[in-house]
Amino acid sequence: MTTVVLSQPPGPVTGEQTPAVERGTLARLARRRMVQIGVGGLGLFVVLAIAGQLLTVNGIATGSTAASIFNPPSLQHFMGTDELGRDVLTELSAGALVSLIVGIAATAIAVVVGTLVGLLAGFFRGWLEVVLMRFTDAMLTVPSLPLIIVLAAVVGQGLGQIVLVIGLTSWAGMARLIRSEVLSLRERAFVLRARSVGVPPLRIMRVHLLPQILPLVIANTVLISAAAILAEATLSFLGLGDITRPSWGLMLNNAFKSGAAGRGAFWYVLPPGLCIAILVLSLSFIGHAINEELSPRRQRQ
Amino acid sequence: MVFARVRSSADGASSVSAVAGINLDILRGETLCLVGESGSGKTTTARAIGRLVAPTAGSIRIDDIDIAKLRGTRLRDFRRRVQFVFQDPFESLNPRQRIGDIVAEPLVVHQVLRTKSEIQDRVWKSLEECGLTPGRDYARRYPHELSGGQRQRVCIATAAILEPELLIADEPVSMLDVSVRSGIIRLLLSLRKVHQMTLLFVTHDLSLAWAIGDRVAVMYAGRLMELGSAEQVITEPKHPYTSALVTAIPEADPDQPLRPMNLVGEGASSTSITGCCFRLRCPYAQEVCATSVPPLADTGHGHLTACVRHAEISSGLPKIVMGTMAAEPLASEPGDSDRMTASDTTTR
Repeated sequence: MTTVVLSQPPGPVTGEQTPAVERGTLARLARRRMVQIGVGGLGLFVVLAIAGQLLTVNGIATGSTAASIFNPPSLQHFMGTDELGRDVLTELSAGALVSLIVGIAATAIAVVVGTLVGLLAGFFRGWLEVVLMRFTDAMLTVPSLPLIIVLAAVVGQGLGQIVLVIGLTSWAGMARLIRSEVLSLRERAFVLRARSVGVPPLRIMRVHLLPQILPLVIANTVLISAAAILAEATLSFLGLGDITRPSWGLMLNNAFKSGAAGRGAFWYVLPPGLCIAILVLSLSFIGHAINEELSPRRQRQ
Repeated sequence: MVFARVRSSADGASSVSAVAGINLDILRGETLCLVGESGSGKTTTARAIGRLVAPTAGSIRIDDIDIAKLRGTRLRDFRRRVQFVFQDPFESLNPRQRIGDIVAEPLVVHQVLRTKSEIQDRVWKSLEECGLTPGRDYARRYPHELSGGQRQRVCIATAAILEPELLIADEPVSMLDVSVRSGIIRLLLSLRKVHQMTLLFVTHDLSLAWAIGDRVAVMYAGRLMELGSAEQVITEPKHPYTSALVTAIPEADPDQPLRPMNLVGEGASSTSITGCCFRLRCPYAQEVCATSVPPLADTGHGHLTACVRHAEISSGLPKIVMGTMAAEPLASEPGDSDRMTASDTTTR
């Protein structure tokens, strides 16, 4: 027996779904080779960082006897040991954790500050825009690495300080980008309609502007995190990082100082550099793919 | 009873204004149609009345309070009393908001209703009142799932949910399919009746203004040309511009030959013309039209016109004299694009 439905409410009710446009974008992104490689690389380091926390294969310090230092890769030490006889794989894993923490935390600061500055400047215009954007220009003009080095030397070397310094020097590009997007969005008819309804400015920004710029924010978040990780590695390599935690930059610094390259300890010199390169590249791949997917050229209208 | 008083300064010779010389009272409860061709300043005027653009000079008074001076909670109260329906229903809904949230927003920001279920019931009711039945289903959708007519109904539901005293509809049907236009207009008129709203209807369609308006105001180049009851303006226009427009209304009879437009020249910019802004297109222009801006003169029964020769024109059209005024070269006028930038800068 079949039941024939004679009358239905007009059109299907889509229920709790995201707009079709967004679902399409995600699906298209997942099909991109760059995204697949990028997510793979990122996943590798997430697993490495978590695994290192769960099972420390060999304690970091195994005592620096002459026999235990600069051991080449073996069954006991898969990636050999360093100049103090520490297990390189364990160090790499700890370094991955530091890189990811700094990447996420510093990026969070940069994204929040950048989005806020861009939104406020773009929406309110007037003197607020002038003040905020001139400050942003100044931040963009000053070469960031020397600035980071100076700031890091001033505020100290804890992980928190590093995060703060990198975060507070990486938001300017984001602010410019968001502002320009908001400048065009604020003239759109739905914003005008919201104003005519009497929606207060802060709510317009939160409800009507923020959701529209979110894709842009996400794309640049990924790119900023790549830069932040690189900045952390640079600081650590220069000895301005947190020297109590093994990070990739610090490993490179130690390898450099102990002359590992001269002693042929490639298992100590190469991995941290490769890890930095692969992680930064993975994030850049993802970020660029999202950017490309969102570029006006690809958009329907 | 006057609801809103619009007074803009007569134009100074030096400054360029998108809108000038508007002298308009909106009466409580009436449907006032603002008619004009594109670029005539009707949208700017409507937005100024709703305080979406700030006038650079002149005043708009509601209850004898200059709305340009409203701030904070008083501005918010004003917004609650004056609501808009815009031209483009495809652009004027936030693509990432559900219909229910869009319609509920006025209730939320004006704190009319506080509990979720009260708001929900009110939203559903409002959607259904605007012909989107069942409201419960429409509330869950996103704008891209609706047609243009349905979206405009959402805009109307949003504007009407606060039961404003003045509803400003800015070309609400010009972007829509002809087949859904009458439905939208009937909805606006019935809401006006039910909620006893004043309706300011902006349109470029004179016959539509005739059909729905109590009074019609005709604008040209940012100036008010003629104002009167719909009947007066259409059947006995007192301004040569209006009478040209009226002749241009097509007849429903295809055998009827098109009547010739009683205009000379082409659409001209207003900004650099001395005297009457219409004189370059006016077949009746005289020397006097170039020297002074014609005031809005009352010709009786509240029928106002900004033409110095209105008496002659209404008592049988005067003979067309191709005088020097009308033949003045148009090439020296700044182009359309110039006019656009000029009006943009002055309405900021």
